[in-house]
Amino acid sequence: MSDPILILNGSALQRALTRIAHEIAERNDVSTDVVLVGVQRGGVYLARRLSQALNGIWGHPVPVGSLDVGMHRDDLDRQAAPKIHPTVIPFDITGKTLVLVDDVLFSGRTTRAALDALNDFGRPKRIQLAVLIDRGHRELPIKADFVGKNVPTSLTEQINVRLHEMAGEDVVYLEKK
Amino acid sequence: MSWDRKHLLDIESLTPEEIITVLDTARAFKAVGERAIKKVPALRGKTVINLFIEPSTRTRISFELAALRLTADVINFTAEASSLKKGETLRDTARNLEALNADIIIIRHSATGAPHFLSRFLNASVINAGDGAHEHPTQALLDAFTIREKAGRIEGLNVTILGDILYSRVARSNIWALTKLGAKVTLCGPSTLVPRIFEQMGCRVTYDVDGAVAGADIINLLRIQHERQRKTMFPSIGEYATLFGLNKARLAKTKPGVLIMHPGPINRGVEIDSEIADCDRSVILEQVTNGLAVRMAVLFLVNGGMGPQEIVG
Repeated sequence: MSDPILILNGSALQRALTRIAHEIAERNDVSTDVVLVGVQRGGVYLARRLSQALNGIWGHPVPVGSLDVGMHRDDLDRQAAPKIHPTVIPFDITGKTLVLVDDVLFSGRTTRAALDALNDFGRPKRIQLAVLIDRGHRELPIKADFVGKNVPTSLTEQINVRLHEMAGEDVVYLEKK
Repeated sequence: MSWDRKHLLDIESLTPEEIITVLDTARAFKAVGERAIKKVPALRGKTVINLFIEPSTRTRISFELAALRLTADVINFTAEASSLKKGETLRDTARNLEALNADIIIIRHSATGAPHFLSRFLNASVINAGDGAHEHPTQALLDAFTIREKAGRIEGLNVTILGDILYSRVARSNIWALTKLGAKVTLCGPSTLVPRIFEQMGCRVTYDVDGAVAGADIINLLRIQHERQRKTMFPSIGEYATLFGLNKARLAKTKPGVLIMHPGPINRGVEIDSEIADCDRSVILEQVTNGLAVRMAVLFLVNGGMGPQEIVG
């Protein structure tokens, strides 16, 4: 097995998030309409960091929710039941610009499940997708609006996103399975 | 992820990690019940059959609603309106239900081991909703969930189970679950209904009611299971209420933050004073709410496939 390849170190990861925050601010004129929803678990921490960065740009808090897509997956009877975390969206998403945040965009099935799950919470005016890593291999017609880094991968590889909140360090590796 | 079981037959065979997995999963499903749209598609297209050979309303309704909130199709099957009355065996009834492509069969039966029996020849998942005086696993899981939510932990707590232990499947499942999770369990009630042999399950047996409730962080009251008792186990209901019922005088001697639990149905004025059942220490109705979340979690978990879990981005 070959060694993991470093994709992003701590400062590069932070720069990528800062850039995404500026792109979100640039794209959305009405800042008070923007809410962030992170996909459990990595996406939740990224969404909180983006919220802080946007607070710095706009000068007001940006609400953050967390979404677990486990109950909406399309492969529930094909594998062991996934670990499920509570979904907490403590604000009304109807009429808002909802930025969905995830760590890795791969097949797109998680994003599809997230879009399904959000249906039960309201009708946002629009949904935008922000991801730290886009590794390709889409199986559904889904595209990210904001990407930290595009990483061409093979299907025998995997992306390992380690965030400070969970792993004690900010780093992204490309690994062989 | 520590769940790869196809069935939920009892608590005895579960590991502490598996119990915690159910409780963690149930937290997420409880949140679903608090939304405007209380339904998720996790069991879309699945068929769940409530096979209740013994009377029940709250457990059956709880399982039925749990399955509906997961978008499963649900059939309720009760003994009174079935071919069991016409002499069909349980095995044949279950196989007929499976021939309708049932994915999950929830069974309540007066015979100990009935769910285990079904699980040996059915392809469907089997969930035990109470088998005789043996086990009632989802009740123990919802009780553990309620304790964990209210007290913040289970390990190290003193839990007193007061009442008819001998005929109670709730007591047995609770003893298994709570001792596995590190609680100290005390059993109390009339000596005819609380035999010393329960000490072999790792709990304390006492007949000193005041002492048993005074040291408790949690008091779980059990109803007298008249339907299962073959002979009179104590002189009268009135005497039971006086000697073993939770009344105001006894409640006054308990710890300040004590939680009063009861699996229902409650008999007001027998095992519990009416006012105590409705007081702020009582979490009896929250147990009902949590039961729904726990049963959704159990249905969700047993529905999972057997393959290795893979993270899909």
